[in-house]
Amino acid sequence: MHPAPSVILFTSLSGVGFGLLFFLGLGMPAPLGLNAFIFYAIAYAFAVGGLLFSTFHLGHPERAIKAFTQWRSSWLSREAWLSVLALGMTGLGAVAQIFFETRLAVVSYAGAALCLLTVFSTAMIYRQLATVPRWHTPMTPVLFLTYAVAGGALLSGQVGIAQPVLGLLGALQIFAWIQGDGAFARSGSTLATATGLGTNGSVRAFEPPHTGTNYLLQEFVYLVGRKHAAKLRLIAIILLSGLPIVLLVLPFNHMFAALAVLTHVAGVLVSRWLFFAQAEHVVGLYYGKRG
Amino acid sequence: MTCLPKMTDKKLGLVIDLDTCVGCHACVVSCKGWNTENYGAPLADQDAYGEMPVGTFLNRVHSYEVQPEDGLAQLVHFPKSCLHCDDAPCVTVCPTGASYKRTEDGIVLVNETDCIGCGLCAWACPYGARELDGVEKVMKKCTLCVDRIYNENLPQEDRIPACVRTCPSGARHFGDLGDPNSDVSKLVAERGGMDLMPELGTKPVNKYLPPRPKDQLSSDQTPTQSLQAQADNPAGFFAWLDRTLEKL
Repeated sequence: MHPAPSVILFTSLSGVGFGLLFFLGLGMPAPLGLNAFIFYAIAYAFAVGGLLFSTFHLGHPERAIKAFTQWRSSWLSREAWLSVLALGMTGLGAVAQIFFETRLAVVSYAGAALCLLTVFSTAMIYRQLATVPRWHTPMTPVLFLTYAVAGGALLSGQVGIAQPVLGLLGALQIFAWIQGDGAFARSGSTLATATGLGTNGSVRAFEPPHTGTNYLLQEFVYLVGRKHAAKLRLIAIILLSGLPIVLLVLPFNHMFAALAVLTHVAGVLVSRWLFFAQAEHVVGLYYGKRG
Repeated sequence: MTCLPKMTDKKLGLVIDLDTCVGCHACVVSCKGWNTENYGAPLADQDAYGEMPVGTFLNRVHSYEVQPEDGLAQLVHFPKSCLHCDDAPCVTVCPTGASYKRTEDGIVLVNETDCIGCGLCAWACPYGARELDGVEKVMKKCTLCVDRIYNENLPQEDRIPACVRTCPSGARHFGDLGDPNSDVSKLVAERGGMDLMPELGTKPVNKYLPPRPKDQLSSDQTPTQSLQAQADNPAGFFAWLDRTLEKL
């Protein structure tokens, strides 16, 4: 799949943002006044910034409001609702903490739950696609949620939680990569099933329908950069899990904490790039571009 | 509403005969022509006369080589467009309700004024039947020429999809695949019409008729074999020529 910067930034940043809002909702920490303002400002910068990036992916962003209508069937529509509800609910809690110096427990817990549901709905947009076997697994929402919780724990300064969750995240991501590498073959879709010609012999793509490129090839048959995938995976794991854990083990200071956040977010961006760039869409079969 | 209808009154669709398609791409051209000039946003091209032309098409013809265990390879031309699936994954993912499947005839359409161009429906389609237009930034797909088939301003023989009307080899058929007594349904039953990627559970309405088995040529009967025999054992004038040239 084409790794569009808008979608990579959207899923990565909003995941971190909702992760931080989740911990603020749980009251871990429960800052008041100016402190609360700083925490919530960082969280909203990530969450809302990420959501704004998603609109760059749209052909007609001016009609984005219509995306709220089809929540009965569409995960993308559900995500739109959940993100607004999560931002609204945590926003109520934020206003109370910043301006009235009180914590609204029920509102905050509800906001925390909505944050996780928002991340879950984002993941389900990808998980539901049977056309991309690498994504079509329960691992996709598990990973997205673990990413959000790990990033949130890191940003909210919950060192005791961040360390094990970052370790778990690294392990889950490696497992997902290994599992994903065989997903297309296991899906059973081949050029033979795509054309129905398999009973007559072995099928080979002889001539494509067009001499130039097209939307389908640009969007679904992305090939650039796959040769460095193994190196990029190593870089991603070190940045998103390894280095932050080491930095958290060292005696605490704000410099190390900031560095841990930066390396983690950089690692998330690299792994999210791989999430898209390495995803193989079955339509590539018609062009003879899959195994 | 992007929930799929439980059932549709008709299942209008195409039956494509892979045995008779000659790969001329006339259906591609007539489709592009009709759908650029009529319903909805035109099918745009970018850099049409330049080095890297790109454009939107609703129908494309692939060509595949099928190599049997023994015998000669066979070339199969393979037109591909929207299959108007009963269980269309492109419809249910749409966040705005722009994509929908009609209850009356099962045609899958896009309401272009509601489309936000997110591209998710194209991601959900296994067949590459949807393309985001490079100029209008809305999703384009086969409409089964909904503006022809019910169009009372056209003569009766033209009230079929443009690709079917134009096909010079009679490889494309249009009709109600929900009616077991329709011509297309009988054709599918008779020729063993098949679904593309049935494992994905999309339940396509369009069916493909597999190529008929070809006359069996054994390996010593291939067209080049008879030429090889002449070259190895020349007779008559060629035998004399062969002997004479050998002596030089």
